[in-house]
Amino acid sequence: MALPQALIAEFDELCTHYPERQAALIPALHRCQEELGGWISPETMEDCAAYFELEPVEVYGVVSFYPMFRLTPPGKHVVSVCHNISCTLRGSEEILRRVCEFTSAPVHGTSPDGKFTVEVVECQGACANAPMFDLDGTYHEDLEPADVDRILGGVGA
Amino acid sequence: MSQHETYLLDRCDLENSHTLEVYSEHSAKNRAADCQSGYPTLERILRTKQDVKAVVEEIKDSGLRGRGGAGFPSGLKMSFMPDPSKDPRPRFLAVNADESEPGTCKDRVLLREDPHGLLEGILIACYAMSAGTAYIYVRGEYRLEYQRVKDALAEARAAGLVGKNILGSGFDCEVWMHQGAGAYICGEETGLMESLEGKRGHPRPKPPFPAGSGLWGNPTTVNNVETLFNLPFILDRGATWYRGMGTDKSPGNILVGISGHVAKPGVYEVPLGIPARTIIEDIAGGVWKNRKMLAWFPGGSSTGLLPANTIDTAMDHDSIKAAGSMLGTGAMIVLDETTSIVHISRVLARFYDHESCGQCSQCREGTQWLHQILSRMDDGRGRLEDIELLSSLASGMAPGKTICALADAAAIPTHALIKNFRTALEAAASQVDGAKAAAVPSTVTEPAKSVEASA
Ligand SMILES: Cc1cc2nc3c(=O)[nH]c(=O)nc-3n(C[C@H](O)[C@H](O)[C@H](O)COP(=O)(O)O)c2cc1C
Ligand code: SF4
Ligand code: FES
Repeated sequence: MALPQALIAEFDELCTHYPERQAALIPALHRCQEELGGWISPETMEDCAAYFELEPVEVYGVVSFYPMFRLTPPGKHVVSVCHNISCTLRGSEEILRRVCEFTSAPVHGTSPDGKFTVEVVECQGACANAPMFDLDGTYHEDLEPADVDRILGGVGA
Repeated sequence: MSQHETYLLDRCDLENSHTLEVYSEHSAKNRAADCQSGYPTLERILRTKQDVKAVVEEIKDSGLRGRGGAGFPSGLKMSFMPDPSKDPRPRFLAVNADESEPGTCKDRVLLREDPHGLLEGILIACYAMSAGTAYIYVRGEYRLEYQRVKDALAEARAAGLVGKNILGSGFDCEVWMHQGAGAYICGEETGLMESLEGKRGHPRPKPPFPAGSGLWGNPTTVNNVETLFNLPFILDRGATWYRGMGTDKSPGNILVGISGHVAKPGVYEVPLGIPARTIIEDIAGGVWKNRKMLAWFPGGSSTGLLPANTIDTAMDHDSIKAAGSMLGTGAMIVLDETTSIVHISRVLARFYDHESCGQCSQCREGTQWLHQILSRMDDGRGRLEDIELLSSLASGMAPGKTICALADAAAIPTHALIKNFRTALEAAASQVDGAKAAAVPSTVTEPAKSVEASA
């Protein structure tokens, strides 16, 4: 599979920001993950390697280093619950339990209907509004346990 | 409420504070009468062709210290960049917007609410260091903040404030946005540079220092968002004004993000040297739920945990150090009397274990061991000897035994923990096996991708 032409055009533009092309790799991988199913597949890694003139294993080395990149396909929606200190102090363990209950997904797993993937993440820089989770790229802060059902219940199919 | 002069957050409450129009109206006090560009301080510097050395001197005189955690004098750091007349290599500024030290949430406010203040600071810093290119490295999770800065950058570019021949002055400066992908270690300055180059964020041994060999082997300075945000104010109002706030050795105001068990968590602007008690009790509304305070971190998870009886300490670099901790990022985390010190320590140990990049054995193994020992103590399977084991492990990891300071960040607070909270640790360590009901599902403690992350 080759990368869509539109993505290649974006990569070409990104590369102009840096004296060396490889610097555009991480921003490019973000775009791949956004456009190609929420994860970085082995094919995507090979395509990116070809584009950036790297070995596929070098791209794998980068993808596997960064927690935001996924090596397996997620469910339709991804809930990332912060479990670091400020969130723990304000009840994130209860929030996580509710999220798992509501979605029927285990931590770092996907619900049987494929709708939700649940992750725990380290501090998201929202500590003064703890506890929080990120749902599909948007922060939800100052959570009370009851907010979980309301927010996740509002997510479309 | 403490009464003090403010400047850092003054624009943040204005409607559309993130736009050039609002910024332009509210930025400089000593605005040149005919300022047209929207960035009055930069415009004045360029128009008067202010000597580069004079700009650096003003910053040195102000006594500004880095807000990224280490508190290094900012003017001095700028002067480490080689003389451009003798060293023709391209020169870079890397803006550290990775903000991932647990408890720290202050740069986010500036990125989101006042991106033009940051951009004007970046351009002044580039002018002062004759740097032609700046990269703003924003942690990947900050999507809204990234977009705000990106939009501000587009406005600035359209106004002729970024790019070639800025405001017709002959000064060229490109500014680019860059997205991280969720690794704490990429906030460390050399890890950040590796990551910006498109690699795993493995910190580089120093020397060489970034000023001599940074991005692609060229002279580079890495600065925190809040540090750069101070520059337009210093250059507009002067070093003497700046020194009117804060203390002699820690001048100016800082942003304190206060979180945990206080009634009003938030990001507040205070002068350095203000007593921690004033922030906790007057500004943040005191400990929540009418409880008593047990302990606090003065500046993020990497600064030693202090007992409640130290809250009369002044919030400046020297005073907090004398109290046995560090000012760090000024991210105060307050723990109430019901908190399990061991559980919280375990949460942090898990974090450092997850985030160690794995290059140094002391850090890779040490963070894992700290995590495992604190986990078993927290689960009621600890032993009294565990406390000495924690101490000896920490001594083997730090200070200065590894490539970067992540190992120090995990290990040094462990000594403070043992010194200040030995009784709590002993109580946990001497619990009968399994006495503590498993309050946390075991899956919660498994970090994602830990194998890859430390491979
Ligand atoms: C493990 C580790 C993580 C760090 N994370 C950050 C960060 O997220 N943001 C930041 O500004 N500085 C961070 N720093 C500090 C940087 O290495 C560097 O000192 C700072 O960006 C310099 O900017 P300043 O002089 O303006 O403070 C970190 C340091 C270490 C050791
Ligand atoms: S101290 Fe830890 S994080 Fe820093 S380079 Fe060594 S292994 Fe990596
Ligand atoms: S600890 Fe959860 S956002 Fe910082």
